[in-house]
Amino acid sequence: MLRVEKLNAWYGSSHVLQDVTLEVNRGEIVCLIGRNGAGKTTTLKSIIGLIGKTTGAVSFEGKDLLPTPTHARFALGLGYVPEERRIVQGLSVRENLRLGLVASPEKKREAELIAKMAETFPRLAERLDQTAVTMSGGEQQMLAIARAMISGPKLIMLDEPSEGIMPVLVDEMFELFRSLKHSGTTILLVEQNVELALGLADRVYVIDQGTVVHSGGAKDLLADPEIQERYCSV
Amino acid sequence: MAGLTLDLIALQLFTGVALGAVYVLLAIGLSLIFGMLTVVNFAHGAFYMLGAYAGLFLMTQGVNFWVCLLLVPLLVGGIGLAVERVLIRPLYGRGIDYPLLLTFGLSYVIVELVRIGFGKTGYPVDTPELLQGAVDIGVGYFPLYRLFVIGATAVILFGLWLFLERTSFGLIIRAGARDPEIIRVLGVNVRRVWLVVFGLGTGIAALAGLLAAPLQGVIPEMGGPVLAEAFVVTVVGGMGSLLGAVLAGLLVGIVVSITSLFAPEMAKVSIFALMAVVLLVRPQGFFGRAGLMS
Repeated sequence: MLRVEKLNAWYGSSHVLQDVTLEVNRGEIVCLIGRNGAGKTTTLKSIIGLIGKTTGAVSFEGKDLLPTPTHARFALGLGYVPEERRIVQGLSVRENLRLGLVASPEKKREAELIAKMAETFPRLAERLDQTAVTMSGGEQQMLAIARAMISGPKLIMLDEPSEGIMPVLVDEMFELFRSLKHSGTTILLVEQNVELALGLADRVYVIDQGTVVHSGGAKDLLADPEIQERYCSV
Repeated sequence: MAGLTLDLIALQLFTGVALGAVYVLLAIGLSLIFGMLTVVNFAHGAFYMLGAYAGLFLMTQGVNFWVCLLLVPLLVGGIGLAVERVLIRPLYGRGIDYPLLLTFGLSYVIVELVRIGFGKTGYPVDTPELLQGAVDIGVGYFPLYRLFVIGATAVILFGLWLFLERTSFGLIIRAGARDPEIIRVLGVNVRRVWLVVFGLGTGIAALAGLLAAPLQGVIPEMGGPVLAEAFVVTVVGGMGSLLGAVLAGLLVGIVVSITSLFAPEMAKVSIFALMAVVLLVRPQGFFGRAGLMS
C-alpha cells in the first residue's frame, strides 16, 4: 500500500534521512521505533509532505507521492496525526473536527460524522463547543486523532501519540488502534515506548541515525533484547 | 476655546467614528493579509487610491454610486488577485522583507500609472444625491454621508464576521492564520486561500477608498498618509488581529478628531503619540500575540 524506497531528506544542509526503505501493507499496523532524533518523525513528515527537500521514491497505492503537493496527498487517503498534536488553539473542538473535513468529499455528512466521532471519543462529546485550549494533553491527543480519522483515511500515520499522556488513556488509545485495524484502516505508528509498540504492531522497523537498521515481525523483535538494547534504549 | 460645548465634543466624536471607519476598513485588510500570508502590504494605500479613482472613473461614465459600491471592490480585488498570483507568490518562503519591498515598489508604480492616466491634480467627488445634507442626531446636525460611511462599514464588518465565523472557507482562514501547515495536511491548498485573502483585503481597501472619495476628493498620492495611519492602527490593535483593527481604528479616528478640536496642528502627531504610548505599555498591541515576528 505504502512503499518507501531509498528516501533521503534534508533540513537545510543537514542530511537527516539516508536511504530509508520500508513498506506498509494494507490492513497492517507497522511501527517505527528508535531513539530520539533517529529520523522517525522526519520519515512521517516526508511521506505527508512537510519536508522541503526529499529524494528517492514514495508511492501510495501506486501513486508517486514526492511530486504530489501536500494537500493532494490528503485526497489520496493519507491521514496524519503530528507530533505535539497541533490542535488549532482558539478554535472549538467542533471546529477542529470540521477542519478535518473541509477538503474532504465527506464534508456533506459533517453532522453525522462529528456525531460518530463524539460516540467514539466520549471525552470529546462533552466538550464539543469548548475551545480546544481548555483540554488536557490526552484529550487534545484524542482530538488530533479524531480530526485525522473523521474523513476516513485509508492509511493513518501517528507520531508518538502516547507521549506525555496518562497510562489509562494510552491503553484506551491503543484499543482504538486495534479496532481501527479491524475496520480496515492501515496504521503507521511512530512510538518511543517499545514494549507498547511491539504489543500492538504486526511489523516493526528500527531506525537509527537516519536509516533503517532492522526490520521484522514485532514478535521476533520482542524476543530479541539485544537489538532492543542497542537501538532503542534512551 | 470659547463656545466649546458638550454637544460639539459629541459631534466631533461622531466625526471621529466616521474617520475611524475608513481606518478600520484599511487596517482590517492589512491585518487579514499579514495574519494569513505574513505579507506586510505596502501597496495597500495604492489599492485604496485605486478604489477611489475606479469609482470616480465609473461615475463619470454614468455608473451610479450604488453600483460602484459593488463593482469597485470586485475590480480592484481582481487586480489584487493578479498581483498576488504573479508578483507575490514567487516570494513565499523567503524573508518577510521581500514582499514588503516588492509591494513598496509596486505602490510607486501604481501611483505613477494613475498620474499618467488621470493627471497629477486631484478631483473633487460629488456626494451621492441621496446622501447629501445633514441630519439631526440629537447633539446637532451631522452630515448624512458620514453617517452612511459608518453604517456601510458596520455592514461590511458584519458580513466579514459572518464569512469568517460561519463558512468553511472562513474556518480555513482562521485555522490557517494560526497553523498553515496543519491545514495543508488536512487537504487544503493553502496557496489558493492566500490568493483569496489577498484579493479580499485589497477589495476592502478599494471600498474604503471609494467611501472616502466624497469626503476628501481624489489625488494620486492619497494612499500614502492613510497607509501610514492604517499601519499605526494595525500595530495598536495587534498585528493580525481583526478585533484589534476594529477597536484601534475607531480609537485612532476619535483621537484625531478630538485632538483637532482642541489643537488642530497636533492632530496628525496625536496618532503616533498614541501608538508610542500603547507600544510602551503593551508592545504586542491590544490583541496581538507576543513574538509574532520571531
